[in-house]
Amino acid sequence: MDKLNIQLVTGIFVLLGIATFTYQAVSIGGVSFSEQAGYTLTARFDSISGLREGAVIEAAGVRVGTVSAISFDADNYQAIVSLRVNEGVPVSEDATASIRTQGIIGEKFIKLSQGGFPDMLGDGDEIAATESAISLEELVGQYIFQSEAAQ
Amino acid sequence: MRRTLEKTGATVLQWLEHTGRMFNLLLLVSFELLQPPYRLYPVVRQMYFIGARSLTLIVVSGLTIGMVLGLQFYNILQRFGSVDLLGAGVSLSVIRELGPVMTALMVVGRAGSSITAELGIMRITEQIDAMDCMAISPSKYLIGPKLLAGLISVPLLTMVFDFVALFGGYFVGVVMFGVAEGSYVNGMIDTVEWSDVRIGLEKSLIFGLLVTLICCAQGFYMHLTKAGSQGAEGVSSVTTDAVVLSSIAVLYSDFLIEALF
Repeated sequence: MDKLNIQLVTGIFVLLGIATFTYQAVSIGGVSFSEQAGYTLTARFDSISGLREGAVIEAAGVRVGTVSAISFDADNYQAIVSLRVNEGVPVSEDATASIRTQGIIGEKFIKLSQGGFPDMLGDGDEIAATESAISLEELVGQYIFQSEAAQ
Repeated sequence: MRRTLEKTGATVLQWLEHTGRMFNLLLLVSFELLQPPYRLYPVVRQMYFIGARSLTLIVVSGLTIGMVLGLQFYNILQRFGSVDLLGAGVSLSVIRELGPVMTALMVVGRAGSSITAELGIMRITEQIDAMDCMAISPSKYLIGPKLLAGLISVPLLTMVFDFVALFGGYFVGVVMFGVAEGSYVNGMIDTVEWSDVRIGLEKSLIFGLLVTLICCAQGFYMHLTKAGSQGAEGVSSVTTDAVVLSSIAVLYSDFLIEALF
C-alpha cells in the first residue's frame, strides 16, 4: 500500500479512537467542560452518613443541583455540605435540606423543601433547617430499647 | 540435588537478566527518541500496522463480548427482577475491565507476535548488526516507532472496543430482550463516572507499553536468550514466549492496577 493510503487509514483510525473516547468521557463519564450556571449554598448536618460528593439535589423530585463539597467542622462535630444549586431555582430562607435515600438501600441524596418566606437565599448563604441522614439501624435500635424500657 | 539447584538458579538468573535488559531497552529507546532527528512517518506506519489493521478484529471481538455480556447479565439480573441494571453492569465491566484487557490480548495475538518475528528474523539474518555497522541505532530506528505506536494505538483501540461492546450489550438488551431503552442508557450514564473511564484509559496505556516492549525485546534480544539461539526454530520459540509473557504481564498488571487504585 502506498504512503498516502497508509496515512489516510491511520488518520481515520485515530479519529475513530478519539471520537469514541470523547463519547465515553462526555456522554457516559459525565465530564462537563462548561459548568452549569448556579450558586452555592451551605448546610450543616449532624450526620450525613453515606452522602458522597456529586450526590444529587432534588426539589419536588426534580434534579436541581449537586453536592459540590463535604467538609468536617471539628468545633461542633458537624458536617458542612456545599450545595451547588442550578440557576433559576430559588431557595427561600426557611427552606429545609434533608438527606434521603432512594428506595431502602439506594443512594443518598439531598431533598430541598421550599419554605414560606419571601426572601430567597443567595450565593454563600446557609440553609438553617436541616434533617440528618436517617439510619435504619438506629431506628430499629431505638424501637427495641424503647419497648424494653416500657416493659 | 545439586544439579537441580544449579539449574533452577541459572533459570532464575536468566529471567532476571532478561527483565533487566528489557527495561534497559525501554530507557535507552526513550532517551534516543528525545534526540533529533525526529521522524514521524515510521510511527504512522507502525500505527497503521498495530492500530488501524487491528480495527476489524477489535470491532468483531468487541461486538461479540458486548453481546455475550448482555446475555449473561440479562439472565442473571432477570432472576432478581432487576433488569434495569443491565446497562450499568455491561458498561462498568466493559469500561473498567474487559475493554483494556481484551484489546491488549488481541493486540498481542495480532501485532505483538509479528513484531517479535520480524525483529527476530532481522536479528538472525544479521540485519540488525549491519545497521550497527552503518552507525544507525537499531533500537531507535526499529523499536522507537513501535513503542510509540503501541502506546498511542492500544488506548485508541480500547476506546473503539468499549464503544462497540456497549453497542453489543444495547443490541442484546434493548433490541432482543426488550429492556427499556431509557433504563439501559441512563443506567449506563448514572453508574459510570469519569474515574472509571480514566482507569480504563490508564490501563490501556500501560498495557500498550508493556505489550510492545515485551514483544520488541523478545525479538531484538533473541540471540541472548537460550530459546532463541537456534536460527529459524529460535524465532518461533521466541515468538511463542513473547505472546505468553505479554499475555501474563497484561493480566497480572491488570490485577495490580485494580488492587492499587
